[in-house]
Amino acid sequence: MDLSAISPTLLLASLMVASTPILLAAIGELVVEKAGVLNLGVEGMMITGAICGFAMAVETGSPFLGFVAAACGAAVLSLVFGVLTQFLLSNQVATGLALTLFGLGLSSLLGQSYVGVKSPSTAKLDIPILSDIPGIGPVLFGHDLVVYFGLALVVCVWIVLKTTRVGLILRAVGENHDAAHALGYKVVRVRLLAIAFGGACAGLGGAYLSLVRVPQWTEGMTAGAGWIALAIVVFGAWRPFRVLLGAYLFGGVTVLQLNLQAAGMAIPVEYLSMSPYLITIVVLVIMSAQRGRKSLAAPACLGRAFHASS
Amino acid sequence: MTALLEIQGLTKAYPGVIANEDVSFEIMPGEVHALLGENGAGKSTLVKMIYGLVKPDTGKMTLRGGAFAPAEPRAARAAGVAMVFQHFSLFEALDVAENIALGMEDPPPMRALAARITEVSQNYGLPLDPDRLVGELSAGERQRVEIIRCLLQNPKLLIMDEPTSVLTPQEVEILFTTLEKLKSEGTSILYISHKLEEIRRLCDNATILRLGKKVATCNPREETASAMAEMMVGSALLQPERKPHSAQAVAIELRDLTLPTSHAFGTTLKNINISVRKGEVLGIGGVAGNGQDELTAVLSGEALSSPDSILLHDQPIGDLNPNSRRKLGLLAAPEERLGHAAAPDMSLVENALLTGNHRKSLTSSGFVNWARTREFAKDVISSFDVRTPGPNNAARALSGGNLQKFVIGREILQRPEVFVVNQPTWGVDAAAASAIRQALLDLAADGAAIIVISQDLDELMEISDRFAALNEGRLTEPVPAYGLSVEEIGLMMGGAHDLARAEGAA
Amino acid sequence: MIRFEKRPTPSRLWTALTPFVAVIATMIAGGIMFALLGKDPFEAIRTIFWDPIFNEQFAPFSRPQLLVKAAPLILIAIGLSLGFRAGVWNIGAEGQYIIGAIFGAGVGLAFYPTESVLIFPLMVVAGAIGGFLWAMIPGLLRVTFQTNEILVSLLLVYVAEFILASMSLGLLRNPDGAGFPGSRNLREYPSAFNAELVAGTGMHWGVVAAFIAVIFAYILFARHQLGFHIKLAGQAPRAARFGGVNPSRLILICLGVSGALAGMAGLFEVSGPAGQVSIDFNVGYGFTAIIVAFLGRLNPIGILLAGLLMALTYIGGELASFMLGLPNAAIQAFQGMLLFFLLAADVLTNYTIRFGRPKVA
Repeated sequence: MDLSAISPTLLLASLMVASTPILLAAIGELVVEKAGVLNLGVEGMMITGAICGFAMAVETGSPFLGFVAAACGAAVLSLVFGVLTQFLLSNQVATGLALTLFGLGLSSLLGQSYVGVKSPSTAKLDIPILSDIPGIGPVLFGHDLVVYFGLALVVCVWIVLKTTRVGLILRAVGENHDAAHALGYKVVRVRLLAIAFGGACAGLGGAYLSLVRVPQWTEGMTAGAGWIALAIVVFGAWRPFRVLLGAYLFGGVTVLQLNLQAAGMAIPVEYLSMSPYLITIVVLVIMSAQRGRKSLAAPACLGRAFHASS
Repeated sequence: MTALLEIQGLTKAYPGVIANEDVSFEIMPGEVHALLGENGAGKSTLVKMIYGLVKPDTGKMTLRGGAFAPAEPRAARAAGVAMVFQHFSLFEALDVAENIALGMEDPPPMRALAARITEVSQNYGLPLDPDRLVGELSAGERQRVEIIRCLLQNPKLLIMDEPTSVLTPQEVEILFTTLEKLKSEGTSILYISHKLEEIRRLCDNATILRLGKKVATCNPREETASAMAEMMVGSALLQPERKPHSAQAVAIELRDLTLPTSHAFGTTLKNINISVRKGEVLGIGGVAGNGQDELTAVLSGEALSSPDSILLHDQPIGDLNPNSRRKLGLLAAPEERLGHAAAPDMSLVENALLTGNHRKSLTSSGFVNWARTREFAKDVISSFDVRTPGPNNAARALSGGNLQKFVIGREILQRPEVFVVNQPTWGVDAAAASAIRQALLDLAADGAAIIVISQDLDELMEISDRFAALNEGRLTEPVPAYGLSVEEIGLMMGGAHDLARAEGAA
Repeated sequence: MIRFEKRPTPSRLWTALTPFVAVIATMIAGGIMFALLGKDPFEAIRTIFWDPIFNEQFAPFSRPQLLVKAAPLILIAIGLSLGFRAGVWNIGAEGQYIIGAIFGAGVGLAFYPTESVLIFPLMVVAGAIGGFLWAMIPGLLRVTFQTNEILVSLLLVYVAEFILASMSLGLLRNPDGAGFPGSRNLREYPSAFNAELVAGTGMHWGVVAAFIAVIFAYILFARHQLGFHIKLAGQAPRAARFGGVNPSRLILICLGVSGALAGMAGLFEVSGPAGQVSIDFNVGYGFTAIIVAFLGRLNPIGILLAGLLMALTYIGGELASFMLGLPNAAIQAFQGMLLFFLLAADVLTNYTIRFGRPKVA
């Protein structure tokens, strides 16, 4: 085994790439859950985004349009969930599962003719001098734009939730929908917007997988990334920067185990491959064991249906 | 002088019920106007229409001479109408300033808002820290948040829904001072209550509702309390009847019971000591959120404590689960009817099985005897005059009073030796409430020990032999209820643990 | 304006009718989907729902498949229905199914080539234990640390798939298999083979187990206190606690039973229709069973019917792919759609729909 082949710089740089899909999906789901909605369909929305983005990018040759299509496609799908849970008051857990099952089927149906096709490559930032700085250059400045978009989104979500009125209303709806309704806020409308935002983010995350990280289309290619994103929202205790940390942690584990595989470590490949899932579970356990602390609590109305009775 | 708000012929119907029918009255500027009626009389629906939460089917409102038909609360607030809710309008995980900002149209930046909150709250004698989480505040403080939220918008009309139900007598005094000050500044107040004495003290006019219709508008200072009560209820009510009884053996005893809270905004029970004798009713008062739910849970067995901290007939039971306690004769009825004392979507038969399983032998080796269970449910329905089409109806289809009669009846028919009940008549119409109180007294007369936890002081004074108050998880020394004055009760609820010393100081 | 008004009591009529509404709506929407794929929608629907049972040419082959495919779905869905009723969301049945298969087949293969009538029953027990233990992971984490069982059980599916890969490439690989991945074929080991009990019917031990599970579940829910507690805990958790239900115990029971049944289903599949432990012997029954459980209204008889219907879509889907070139994935989308329509139609059970403004009563 040759561990010296693993370069810390490259590891860090590829960690950022590996964590971006999860980060995008998780930050979207964070907003959804802050509004009091539990959408378990992240996996389905991600894979729908993956195929929509891939197909559009291949057809038009533009990865940018691909990402737009991914966001739109997944947002439309998420609105199916939105209509069912917000207007028809269906159970959020069951509907989220349905979304995942349907999304997986739909995506492989749409992706029939794209298996084995190559996608156009996505532009990298590559600022000439900065990205050549040894060490931090490739880590900080050598990525494609989506990586930076993901980071910017985390900052934006944090600012919006913490300081703006929109953010305050969103949190209020998630904390106590009856009170928000009594004060005249449109609970259902706020939630639908949050759900669509979450869908679009998950779609972007999926498209990042099919267009940048892999980059090609295979059935079921998200391989549980959506579920890990859900776990990371719990890990992040519904706070944007902790979600970022969680995504990087997951990205780090993924990249490290891939590197160890490449370095020919004595552990069978299957056990290295399952490590990200196991670590996600461990992290979930650690987080839930310390729940009960106020600052870590989930939005009070998470997963509860709202029906204005008055 | 023209009226501030004129209400003409408001009608609102829901499927199967007419919440309001042809209600008309007017509120003058600077007037404190009472809206009086028992539970279910249509007070809430009426104020929701004024506040834009519900649209009337017919009728119209005029505010300061102009037509007033708020499509949503925002419109009502813009027109100068503000409302202090009884429930459901604060966000526990948000801080005071955020809660207040949510109730305003154009809140200033957070820092400026915090300064204004401090200023206004000092001005009106309702001090409040804008940075605290609402979940950590007491019920009285939470009400201040709501009031300050309204005052920051300079309302012309302030609607207050049952404001004193969560306050100690001393806090009520402070509130009344604030309301008098507002009135002197020209603000009108619509004051919703069913407490007659308060209304006679505070209000200039009273509109009385019964079954959705206006019965009368009168000057409460000129009417007697009993005359208004009759207008409100429609008939004279029977006062519960009590039979004298002699001291008997101790049935249940709590020894230095301490129980840490299990959730973020809960109350920790601290060193509670009581003993209740057979045939005795112990009333436990206190403002909501001071440990009532926790005390009920630890007595019913939903929360466990050390074995020796609860003794039932001298037998340690603190670590027993609810069903083991039921077998020994300790039964309970928690406050929340729907979802706690009863499963809302289940039939009354299934709800009879919920607690009746052991004492009524409704199962044998795990298999449910549905025929017996149905008989038991029918028995409860007929013995306690529960109005329902039949035992197969879902619990949530019953009115509050009927479901409460079912819940109390279900326990009483199991012949408890000790019965713990939390808020026995909360949200229940007057007739059902008096029937329930009578049933509790009859149960005590048969030799059961009863612990009644309630926020209704009148109720506790009516049925208790002894009275104690919960305050931040501590319980005062129980004292004989007969002859206790409002001031003494207030001191107990406010945390004066040694009543004798308080009296000595006065 | 359309409004929903909550019914005082859930409508029994609509509870029974919604699955049919959902199936019809899915056929219509699916037909549109097939038309968009350039297939004749009527022919596609007929191929999926009619031909596998009634077409003279195909029925002899596909009819027995109905039971073969329905059995694991029913067995798993019955287990899931306990949890779903109680608000315990085990969505990792696929993982329990895989681990059950590995355990059961592992026990069988350990005895190879000894022949004994005891081997197969032992395998069934081992399969159940495997699934049970795998389900206990989310169960114990939930009761000790309040860890969300939805996420843990689901993440464990991926872990189980890697274990399966490792097993079929390593420990359980057929030593006489010339290096090909996958275990010995259990068809060639009579003591461990879950053979067809009645020729030409598809009836194997797994089908028998599924029917027994349906009967037990029916009695449990209709007559037994535990069934009542499960329903109570799902509808009103606080009332359940007040009624003396121990929530931790209930969570472990629900997860344990569903895990054991899923593990058994895995064993019956791997020792019969699939024949061997291989990287991809599992075809997603654990997930489809979620749809079956909901479509069957979490009711044992309903699950029986829903399992048969869902098996039909699998077989019909294969037929349509073979006859019309309909993509296999279309069936998966079709099944997901069915669950959507069912959940949407459910609003009719709990709410009455009214048009226009409310009238004065």
